[in-house]
Amino acid sequence: MNTSRKLTMARAISEAIAQEIERDDRVFVMGEDVGIYGGIFSATAGLYEKFGPEQVMDTPISETGFIGAALGLAMEGMRPIVELMFVDFFGVCMDQIYNHIAKNIYFSGGNVRVPLVLMTATGGGYNDAGQHSQCLWGTFAHLPGLKVVIPSTPFDAKGLMISAIRDDNPVIYMFHKGLMGLGWMTLIKDTTGPVPEEPYTIPFGRADIKREGNDVTIISVSMGVYQSLEAAKELERAGISAEVIDLRTLVPLDRETIAESVKKTRRVLVVDEDYLSYGMTGEIAATVMELAFDYLDAPVKRLAVPDVPIPYSRPLEQFVLPSAPKIVEAVKELLYS
Amino acid sequence: MSADRQKVASVPSQRSKDQFLELYRQMVLIRRFEERAAEAYTQGKIGGFLHLAIGEEPANVGVMAALRSDDDVFTHYRSHGQALARGMDPKAVMAELFGRATGVSKGRGGSMHLASLEHHFWGGYAIVGGHIPMAVGMAVAHQYTGSDRVVVCIFGDGAVNTGAFHEALNMAGVWRLPIVFVVSNNLYGMGTAINRSSAVTEVYKRAAAYNMPGVRANGNDVLETEATVREAVEKARAGEGPSLVELMTYRFRGHSMADPELYRSKEEVEQWKARDPIAAFRRRLEEEGIATAAEFEAIDRRVAETVDEAVRFANESPEPDPATLFDHVYVNP
Ligand SMILES: Cc1ncc(C[n+]2csc(CCOP(=O)(O)OP(=O)(O)O)c2C)c(N)n1
Ligand SMILES: [Mg+2]
Repeated sequence: MNTSRKLTMARAISEAIAQEIERDDRVFVMGEDVGIYGGIFSATAGLYEKFGPEQVMDTPISETGFIGAALGLAMEGMRPIVELMFVDFFGVCMDQIYNHIAKNIYFSGGNVRVPLVLMTATGGGYNDAGQHSQCLWGTFAHLPGLKVVIPSTPFDAKGLMISAIRDDNPVIYMFHKGLMGLGWMTLIKDTTGPVPEEPYTIPFGRADIKREGNDVTIISVSMGVYQSLEAAKELERAGISAEVIDLRTLVPLDRETIAESVKKTRRVLVVDEDYLSYGMTGEIAATVMELAFDYLDAPVKRLAVPDVPIPYSRPLEQFVLPSAPKIVEAVKELLYS
Repeated sequence: MSADRQKVASVPSQRSKDQFLELYRQMVLIRRFEERAAEAYTQGKIGGFLHLAIGEEPANVGVMAALRSDDDVFTHYRSHGQALARGMDPKAVMAELFGRATGVSKGRGGSMHLASLEHHFWGGYAIVGGHIPMAVGMAVAHQYTGSDRVVVCIFGDGAVNTGAFHEALNMAGVWRLPIVFVVSNNLYGMGTAINRSSAVTEVYKRAAAYNMPGVRANGNDVLETEATVREAVEKARAGEGPSLVELMTYRFRGHSMADPELYRSKEEVEQWKARDPIAAFRRRLEEEGIATAAEFEAIDRRVAETVDEAVRFANESPEPDPATLFDHVYVNP
């Protein structure tokens, strides 16, 4: 695959969708302002112009209605990609997601297929307050029936989207607003990354070791991976070799890669932009206890958003969100205390 | 705009000059306040998205003018204007936009979550339609306790397609609650024009489904807005049940500061701006000899000072202390 071309994550996602629509005309996009507007985070930019309103459908602000409708489309063999503009709005339509989309395969004894992608924006860091800044992947990973996909790079974003569309199960696909590479809102330095032009898939349940190291394993997803890699560079200057694992999918979860890494490094930090309690960090810690307890030189350490709604105020928000310097500090505590 | 109304509100002719000038002052205050907020946003002093109501000032001011100070207001995220018209301190509102400890919500909520109990202003809410059921609940409480307070719940034309809207209005209709639902119909929900999202674009007609009166008024006319809302509020206060008031208006700016506005033409926006409702109100008062240019200019100057002071206050206010992070998550931690 030629990887000399660089794209933003937003372009990588919209390209993946476009290529899948071209490959299979049952692929169908719906959501609020996904058409003429192009999706407020540009995940569907250009699709309306290319494929028209029949296949790229703007909806009313009726999440229960159109996300539920996407289930009906999927049950009939269509392959809808339905956008929930911000994951925070899940409350409005959670019944459709959890009780219907995630359970219909089971309730039909496996006779029904639900090839549905629920695409949604996550993350904070730009002062959008507590109803627009959450990650909430732990909430979706908690209940059975959904696959949970979280890309951290443009390359992964494209491959994981194509896998999500081709999967016959419902998949929630959670991108981070700050990683999309948007000119008007970017929280990262490298807004683009290599993305091959031809379609490709990335299997679910396979974590990606984004950086190899020996002294400590840092496990994260999404923005946390980006920050962990930055922290790893800094740690290297301090003579600490950090391994950074990008889980990429929480369901299915690649427990094996986690355990193998911990057996090598003997120390683990889990970094999460979701809430601390009852979430991803706890699940990873439990996994490490179950699979690699004997190898640990220190208790598993967690860095996540404390159990408080994301504050609007900039210093308060920065105080609660993980960051590269906080990761560096946590690793040093893990190693030296 | 269509003159298609179920009922044309009567504009009270008896009103003092001071009252007229106060309405004007409030509208100019909102305009100038929001212009300065937009400026602060581009300077990076305000974060998030920032939704302005420039162009919708009469709809903001007219509603509040129709209420008693102990009536209860619930609204959505486009609420700076409503907060100011409700009498909230521009300094504390601006400080909230700046995320400062002196803000109305102590920097926790920001632009979309302004609240002041003292003003019976129960909040701006950022989940479209999310606040409609709780407004109904407060009206149930008023009915239960025999209070004569009325609840006013404001939302946009986009919110009427949420399940919460239907569920809440139906309950209000069944229980004959003291509540007035006010839809600020600015013709768009984000980038989607109302005719692309609503099977029935005349929102007031939906009232029929909930057995309550539905009225459409020119939301760009502050007097017509006030009179229409007042009639509905007084009905509710008299125990005659809920109403749905649709205020026709238009936002001059994008949905938020981050909106490229690809979904509407420049000409359309310019046409609306040419009929600027604040300028029109002022012209009308001048033509009718109610006030002079000098009097308006004096108000403009006072407003400019108020807004300067609000920005200065916000700039100089302290950021919230991280030691207070867990404050207010629970009443008693
Ligand atoms: C449940 C939910 N869905 C979507 C959004 C995103 N969103 C915020 S404002 C908005 C448009 C609302 O339009 P309208 O109700 O007409 O109010 P206006 O912004 O025009 O004042 C949308 C889609 C949201 N905040 N909440
Ligand atoms: Mg609107």
